[in-house]
Amino acid sequence: MEKSVVFNGKLLPYVLLAPQLAITLIFFYWPASQAIWQSFLREDAFGLNSEFVGLENYQALFAQPEYYTAIGTTVVFSSLVTVLSLGVALLFATQADKNLKGASAYKTLMIWPYAVAPAIAGVLWFFIFHPTLGTLARPLRVMGFDWNPMLNGTHAMVLVVMAAVWKQVAYNFLFFLAGLQAIPKSVIEAGAIDGAGPLRRFWTIIFPLLSPTTFFLLVVNIVYVFFETFGIIDAVTSGGPAGTTTTMVYKVFADGRLGGDLGGSAAQSVVLMVIVIALTAIQFRYVERKVQY
Amino acid sequence: MVEHRPLRDLVAYLVLSLGVVIFAFPVYVAFVASTYDAATVVSGNLPLVPGGRMLENYYRAVFVGGSRFMNQPVGVLLVNSFITAIGIAVGKIIISILSAFAIVYFRFPFRKTAFWIIFITLMLPVEVRIYPTYKVVADLRMLDTYAGLILPLIASATGTLLFRQFFMTVPDELLEASRIDGAGPLRFFWDTLLPLSMTTVAALFVIQFIYGWNQYLWPLLITTKDSMQTIVIGIKKMLTTTDELAEWQLAMATAVLAMLPPVAVVIFMQRLFVKGLVETEK
Repeated sequence: MEKSVVFNGKLLPYVLLAPQLAITLIFFYWPASQAIWQSFLREDAFGLNSEFVGLENYQALFAQPEYYTAIGTTVVFSSLVTVLSLGVALLFATQADKNLKGASAYKTLMIWPYAVAPAIAGVLWFFIFHPTLGTLARPLRVMGFDWNPMLNGTHAMVLVVMAAVWKQVAYNFLFFLAGLQAIPKSVIEAGAIDGAGPLRRFWTIIFPLLSPTTFFLLVVNIVYVFFETFGIIDAVTSGGPAGTTTTMVYKVFADGRLGGDLGGSAAQSVVLMVIVIALTAIQFRYVERKVQY
Repeated sequence: MVEHRPLRDLVAYLVLSLGVVIFAFPVYVAFVASTYDAATVVSGNLPLVPGGRMLENYYRAVFVGGSRFMNQPVGVLLVNSFITAIGIAVGKIIISILSAFAIVYFRFPFRKTAFWIIFITLMLPVEVRIYPTYKVVADLRMLDTYAGLILPLIASATGTLLFRQFFMTVPDELLEASRIDGAGPLRFFWDTLLPLSMTTVAALFVIQFIYGWNQYLWPLLITTKDSMQTIVIGIKKMLTTTDELAEWQLAMATAVLAMLPPVAVVIFMQRLFVKGLVETEK
């Protein structure tokens, strides 16, 4: 799409673009290219000298068992959060789509967690499941379940997944509800006339028609889990216990800051960049075309 | 709907109410904890109804600060969060509405290039280039400054795309009319385009305010002085002491305060929020 009527200006458009371009170049392109360049360098312990080492950082990275652990953790974490938050949101959205009285109040009461910072969501869930203080940890202990997310890696993972899902359902709910409301009622009525019950109608009519929304949300959720959940993990577990909740993004942060391994951290950043670019490309390619309307 | 069955409606009410309760529960517990004294919270037997120390706890958190974990009261952190969030929202709106105006309403060499330079930033969140960005900000001597907190986070394409999309829907006749009236590009922008864009501006403001308020990793890295920290990272700092020393009742009061502004924005400006959310994701 292009405008057919435009202004003539030689200098003005550049002046208008200048602020955004300057900020983008200084705070985006310069650091991003530095990350790529740094991934080929090795700095000495004091950060005074660096030498070009080619692909050594990448070789070292992919020879590290911890990196594969982090990849595994990321896959587990993002699958759990994505599937659970999409599933729960779809359940709520289908219920909220039923022309109920007070539907808009329910909608408001469902979407506010979107506004809670991930780190705070983490702190809230950590507090109610804190092994000694937690309101919900007590019943678990009374039932004889040795709940301790500070020592047990599985428990820690369950806790960060809960916090991440809690925060993300709101977003998915909103998009699913919009998707459901956009489905023409006549299609559903036609199904009903043909004798299809509510469940059958859901799986054969509504769910396929919702697939563009679902696919879009799938990509958005994976990106969310990759990056925005950093705050949850840092606030709840700091990647522990024993690295069981260290995701790829968390490792970039931990290796660069605590470990001081900037080259290795940069190499990890580049790997992540490739993954995000691939995800975004998939989103643009397929979201419009391949998923059926 | 096709058929109306009271039982199905009842199930829907039950499922939704259960969801609402689950969503609200962690926040409710945090609020309850913020109304008791430290001993009750640490005992592990937190009651389910609020206690009587609410005013005292909130007063201490906002104006005094818990001396052990941080030497800054939460009031200071709240101010920092407001400045950062509003700075990010306003900054992003200004730079992106100007660049979208240039891209849509002018023809000039490198126009496509400029668009792509901006567009590509969609793909890389700040988290993947975090240390190099830190270094740039440090070299510019912007550590512990509001500029350092704000500028790197407004370098993204979402706003530009949003305004571009909106400008494309503005009828060409408006431009022709203002041209006949002798208006130049800036006059047209100020008198015609900007008033028409106000809903989009407001929607973007709501989304960016929440985004800016909730930032975590970036402020964590570039603020070293307690007096420059935002409230979201302040909470984490309060809890990094050992459990026995952590003052949970103050941390929870802070958490409640930290949630209040963005949640209020979502609830009271819901239409703008939904519009912004849906349209920035297109």
